[in-house]
Amino acid sequence: MTATESPTSPAAVSGRDLGQSQRKWQDYFSFNTDHKVIGIQYLVTSFFFFFIGGALANVIRTELATPDPDFIQPELYNQIFTLHGTVMIFLWIIPAGAAFGNYLIPLMVGAEDMAFPRLNAVAFWMIPVGGTLLLSSFLVGAPQAGWTSYPPLSLTASQTGQMFWILSVLILGTSSILGSINFITTILKMRIPEMGIHDMPLFCWSMLAASVLILLATPVLAAGLILLSFDLLLGTNFFNPAGGGDPIIYQHIFWFYSHPAVYIMILPFFGVISEVLPVHSRKPIFGYRAIAYSSFAISFLGLIVWAHHMFTSGTPGWLRMFFMATTMIIAVPTGVKVFSWCATIWGGKIELNSSMLFGLGFISSFLIGGLTGVMVAAVPFDIHVHDTYFVVAHLHYVLFGGSVLGLFAGFYHWFPKITGRMFNEPLGRLHFALTFIGLNLAFMPMHELGMMGMNRRIALYDPQFQPLNVLSTIGSYIMAVSMVPL
Amino acid sequence: MTIPSNILTLLAGVAITLVSLWYGQNHGLLPVAASSEATQVDNLFNLMMTIATALFLLIQGVLIFSAFKFRRQAGDLTDGPAFEDNIPLEIVWTAIPAVIVFILAVYSFEIYNAMGGLDPVNSRDPGPTVTAIAEPNTLVAFNPDGELALGIGVSPEDPAQQALAPLEVNVQGLQYAWIFTYPDTGIVTGDMHIPANRPVELNISAADVLHAFWLPEFRLKQDAIPGRVTKLVFTATRLGEYPIVCAELCGAYHGAMKSQLYVQTLEDYQQWQQENSPEQAENTEEIALNPAELSPGQFLAPYAAEAGISAKTLEAIP
Ligand code: HEM
Ligand SMILES: [Cu+2]
Ligand SMILES: [Cu+2]
Repeated sequence: MTATESPTSPAAVSGRDLGQSQRKWQDYFSFNTDHKVIGIQYLVTSFFFFFIGGALANVIRTELATPDPDFIQPELYNQIFTLHGTVMIFLWIIPAGAAFGNYLIPLMVGAEDMAFPRLNAVAFWMIPVGGTLLLSSFLVGAPQAGWTSYPPLSLTASQTGQMFWILSVLILGTSSILGSINFITTILKMRIPEMGIHDMPLFCWSMLAASVLILLATPVLAAGLILLSFDLLLGTNFFNPAGGGDPIIYQHIFWFYSHPAVYIMILPFFGVISEVLPVHSRKPIFGYRAIAYSSFAISFLGLIVWAHHMFTSGTPGWLRMFFMATTMIIAVPTGVKVFSWCATIWGGKIELNSSMLFGLGFISSFLIGGLTGVMVAAVPFDIHVHDTYFVVAHLHYVLFGGSVLGLFAGFYHWFPKITGRMFNEPLGRLHFALTFIGLNLAFMPMHELGMMGMNRRIALYDPQFQPLNVLSTIGSYIMAVSMVPL
Repeated sequence: MTIPSNILTLLAGVAITLVSLWYGQNHGLLPVAASSEATQVDNLFNLMMTIATALFLLIQGVLIFSAFKFRRQAGDLTDGPAFEDNIPLEIVWTAIPAVIVFILAVYSFEIYNAMGGLDPVNSRDPGPTVTAIAEPNTLVAFNPDGELALGIGVSPEDPAQQALAPLEVNVQGLQYAWIFTYPDTGIVTGDMHIPANRPVELNISAADVLHAFWLPEFRLKQDAIPGRVTKLVFTATRLGEYPIVCAELCGAYHGAMKSQLYVQTLEDYQQWQQENSPEQAENTEEIALNPAELSPGQFLAPYAAEAGISAKTLEAIP
């Protein structure tokens, strides 16, 4: 049995040399410690959850095609966007980043496997467990308080479902911590001796930066969620104002993790893009050190900007100003990356295949998310658009336009390597075209909606906002269709 | 790397600049501005929009240009030119965003200050004296020293706010309605009436969960937090009827938690005051009870249909 083999046993070593075709399919359903198997397990699992999260998104958009709450009940609506957000973050983007990390990092640094193969398998198997737990909350009344789960609402609405949510996020967070320990150790300690830190592929740099963030921030979330579960189960009052608790402290704890989480979600794909663009432009990456160091600048700054999610909350004026400044500074290292990518393709010999199309699509839409990011960092403007569809647009340009398009660029780029087969290139391009059109159609109108006065997380809205919402719903259907060629 | 410096580039640069300047002023993405502070916020947005449009056009232009110009010819298996860095260029494109965000940060700070966001006295959390501990064992005050300014206070640049005593209104959010209490007259209503050109000071609180008081036409938003009082001070300069929206998820009917703000002339406002003041109401048959003595549930009943509150929700309110 593979599970009991030590990674250095002869069988395991020869197992690692097996080509894809020689692998038994059972390996992918077992507690296998081979990093390639685990990488594929991560990827397939996260795609599975992506389809679920996408289906939930289309339920949301169907409800929002009309101003009245007619398609689903408002309670159900809240449950669905809560699970949509949670699934997309904790079961799609984060594990998909880990998928690339697991598959590629040992190959890139010349290691036989990850530093702790068994821990690696444990980390993976926590994902299906956490995911199943999360989705099964639908059976007991899914959580309704959004993926942010702010108390006091999270203490009163769907309490059992909320507990499922907490447990599941704790499991998924632990998995992500274990994964990050593995990435850091492998990258720092298991490079072949000839490879200095500045010889590493940029993907390793970005995974290192993301892993450091995971390690520093996730335990804080865990602490907050454990306190929240005490409030929920034992009737303590850490965050419950009815008993003297402070709901604002929860927000600080939550965002201390969850802002870094957005970098945890985007940094791996910055790395992917830095690998994909040079290959298909047939040019070396421009500004290797600038890209590598800017990842760390982003990581560091990412730890000191969390209260920009609380500009309208219980935060005093000076604090709002401080967090505005730190947040805006992040635009500098991010800008360096975007310019360096542009310089990488400039003058190259570009092959517009599926991977490269997604790569260019990534820059194009991530740019929009970055520009609106600076806007929402400006306190006076954020006070207006906070908790509106403007923010929903911003976050989807970053997460969908950035992370997901970057992910697909990497997916097509390494698909032949991972599967030993070629994909259908015209279908890949069709996939890109539909995704890119759908994405912009779905999320661009949300900017205007938010600025004009449409708040987020609502199942019913003012009829004046209907035309743009219909447009957005059509865009999301196009994205649903784009999954068919995939 | 050679930066193309021919006439075409120059023309493209001029075009980008002109388009950005135009679009920054004519994007039409914001609703009307009903106070002078709102206009200032809009100016900030317009500047950001101008810069964003320029960067957007520049980078999308580079992408599209590259995708057409730098295509690999069929059969060409050689590599492109191997330039890997260009320090002066990199310094420039690090400095440009740095300068831009510096300007934006300073400008935002100025505007936030002008809005009253840093007002040390009037926007501070007033502490336990005001924070309602009146309901025993429910709400507890934080920040008893009142050191924190939570919300937006008196604008140092608004002459009206400097000169006139503000009209105080207590705003309470509860699932799923806003209740406005006027301490000066004792009026309690479900929609808000204020006179134009007189500063208004809102003391915002929440009865159950978090809510957020949002006035889109005033570009103002502040969370209503159980156990704390937060502030908004503003002066309406434009007559009219404006939506009041709850912007923080507060439960299933969060989307229905809406109300109206009526900015009236002084005469209209006084007339409204007359018609609605509790003393007045006692004499009339219709409203036999002083609204202030009603529980929120009883009080809300007449507004329920309008606000989209179900009978079930109403029963749940104490
Ligand atoms: C088919 C593509 C997608 C569509 C049409 C879509 C649509 C939406 C909509 C309409 C909302 C707002 C719900 C509301 O506020 O009432 C939302 C929320 C959200 N979405 Fe998506 N989404 C998509 C993909 C994604 C992806 C790929 C991610 C992340 C990687 C993501 C992350 C989120 C998050 C974090 C929220 C906030 C949830 C909350 O408010 O608690 N979405 N989505
Ligand atoms: Cu953030
Ligand atoms: Cu509310």
